[in-house]
Amino acid sequence: MLLSLAQSALPIGISGIEKRFGAVSILSDLSLDVAAGEFLTLLGPSGSGKTTLLMILAGFVRANAGSIKVGGEEIITMPPHKRNIGMVFQNYALFPHMNVFHNIAFPLKQRRVSTAETAERVERALDLVQLKGLGERRVDQLSGGQRQRVALARAIVFEPRIVLMDEPLSALDKGLREHMQIELRNLHRRLGMTTVYVTHDQREAITMSDRVAVMNAGRIEQIDQPEILYARPKTKFVAGFIGESSFIPVECRNGGVWHEGNKLRMTDPMPSSGRHLMVVRPEKLRLIAGEQTDDINALPATVGDVIYQGDSFVCYAALKDGRQVILRDYCRSDVLARLPAPGEPIMLGIDAQDVVLVADQ
Amino acid sequence: MSLASVSLDHAGRPDGALNTDALRADARREARGLFALLSPGLLLVFAVIIVPIGWLFWLSLFDESGQLSAANYARFFEQASYIKTFVTTFKVAFVVTGACVLFGYPLAYMLSQLPRRAAGVCLIFVILPFWTSVLVRTYAWLVILQRKGLVNTWLMDIGVIGQPLPLANNFAGVVIGMTHIMLPFLVLPLYASMKTIDVDCLRAGMNLGASPAATFRQIFFPLSLPGLASGVVIVFVLCLGFFVTPALMGGGKVIMWAMRMEQTTSLYSNWGAGAALGVVLLAVTLALLGLFHWLLGARATGVWSER
Repeated sequence: MLLSLAQSALPIGISGIEKRFGAVSILSDLSLDVAAGEFLTLLGPSGSGKTTLLMILAGFVRANAGSIKVGGEEIITMPPHKRNIGMVFQNYALFPHMNVFHNIAFPLKQRRVSTAETAERVERALDLVQLKGLGERRVDQLSGGQRQRVALARAIVFEPRIVLMDEPLSALDKGLREHMQIELRNLHRRLGMTTVYVTHDQREAITMSDRVAVMNAGRIEQIDQPEILYARPKTKFVAGFIGESSFIPVECRNGGVWHEGNKLRMTDPMPSSGRHLMVVRPEKLRLIAGEQTDDINALPATVGDVIYQGDSFVCYAALKDGRQVILRDYCRSDVLARLPAPGEPIMLGIDAQDVVLVADQ
Repeated sequence: MSLASVSLDHAGRPDGALNTDALRADARREARGLFALLSPGLLLVFAVIIVPIGWLFWLSLFDESGQLSAANYARFFEQASYIKTFVTTFKVAFVVTGACVLFGYPLAYMLSQLPRRAAGVCLIFVILPFWTSVLVRTYAWLVILQRKGLVNTWLMDIGVIGQPLPLANNFAGVVIGMTHIMLPFLVLPLYASMKTIDVDCLRAGMNLGASPAATFRQIFFPLSLPGLASGVVIVFVLCLGFFVTPALMGGGKVIMWAMRMEQTTSLYSNWGAGAALGVVLLAVTLALLGLFHWLLGARATGVWSER
């Protein structure tokens, strides 16, 4: 039998969180609902307040105002050791004076679980994170990936209501990090614990999460499923932080969106008026031969640089107004056959349904 | 010339190919160069440590008439006063070390928990007396603790005691004075080791369900033990050879090892016996360090090592 967290997974209701350090506001009126069993990621640059929010959830940092309800119960003033929330720390925070077994048994010992049951549950947790038989190892005899797994096992062995993770993969090298992302994801699917994950790595957030909350300067800019977040960013910050983007200024007037005298075709509802930016993702652009049609917007441009990257190529092109956009495509032989040359005038196409506008701040 | 006379290395190349000899010579040259750089230090160690200790040992083997004998060492077993001094020395060292732990641990803990700037200010108060002469501090304690000193006058004024407490010129005075002097030697390594304890480890403890007290007991305290052990070893070993404070505060009633040495050499001019005392103290100290090392692991005796 696996650890059964699914029944005990609880929703988290965060509302009106305020946090100031002196005169500096770290979080302002932050509200967020996490569904039971959801994997939610707080994504943002350093200083955006994501770690502070996690610390407030765990009880290590006291907020100035706000409410945190776990399954309806207010926990904002509850001391950390009574919250029953598992946490994986950035540097793992394993206890160096205990071996792997005692590290994982620690939360059970605090809960006065019997010796026999402790041994059984630690064994199961070790099995779950694929460290069977390593119980007697000292912490300093483990590799980074193994420490990561021990920290994870320790955070879930006591079947907490919620699991928090603070950039748990940032210390691992790239290959191992990507492997652990998938492993964490699968573990979450199996155990179904409500998880709040903090990272500044947008790819990690998109790979792992049910929903991603993009944070900037103490506020949530947008919270959505990864696909929506990527395809329909609501602000310039989100569009710039997640994935690569070029921004093309457009103007909304007379019931249309105009770029350089061309009326853009788009499927999204048009903003009423004012200056906006069109978010252009490198893979949404393609080279087209002809003129603008009903479904495709055509942007004339001049090729600047073409960079071959093995599996794909990147083409930097300048629009008429000199603004640079980026086009990326995979190196299929038909694409390679007509690779543009620097200086060549080209026509870039973007589908009407891929036209996304954000306010120009 | 036949091919057979050329020896081949494992890659099948003739010996001496690809600069093997030159590289080996280069390695030897580098080793010689490094040793030359090291030699002033080695000479200094030899001149100021090895030679005097050897001389001390040599001196201890001759009796007063200049005859080679074991009399200086036999005296330790024959004369009760030697044994008494030995016991007193260890008693003082134990009590002072205990008192230092009692006062030093909470102090170091407080320093480690204070914000950086406040800890810096408080550390100055720990280190400042450290820079003051031991003699000055000991006389200051004498003034404070003597029969008509500050403490006794004050306690009698507020009516807590009728008779002055015997605080100076006895065992208590020696312990108070020495604890004050030894405290920084315990606090500094302990503070340094406490500062290296990862805050996240303590947070993890609480996160996993341990109350603040349980987190201290199960995580902070065990992790501070190597620093505590370093401090204890330093204080204990320094106590064994301490002279000024017991000489002044003991009122002649508390005779420690170093005072015995001073008496033997300057009062009785018996250099052989004094040297023997020194050799025994050195041997006991080394044995103790060995014992601590064995009990507490390598971290305790190598004060600043590892971390």
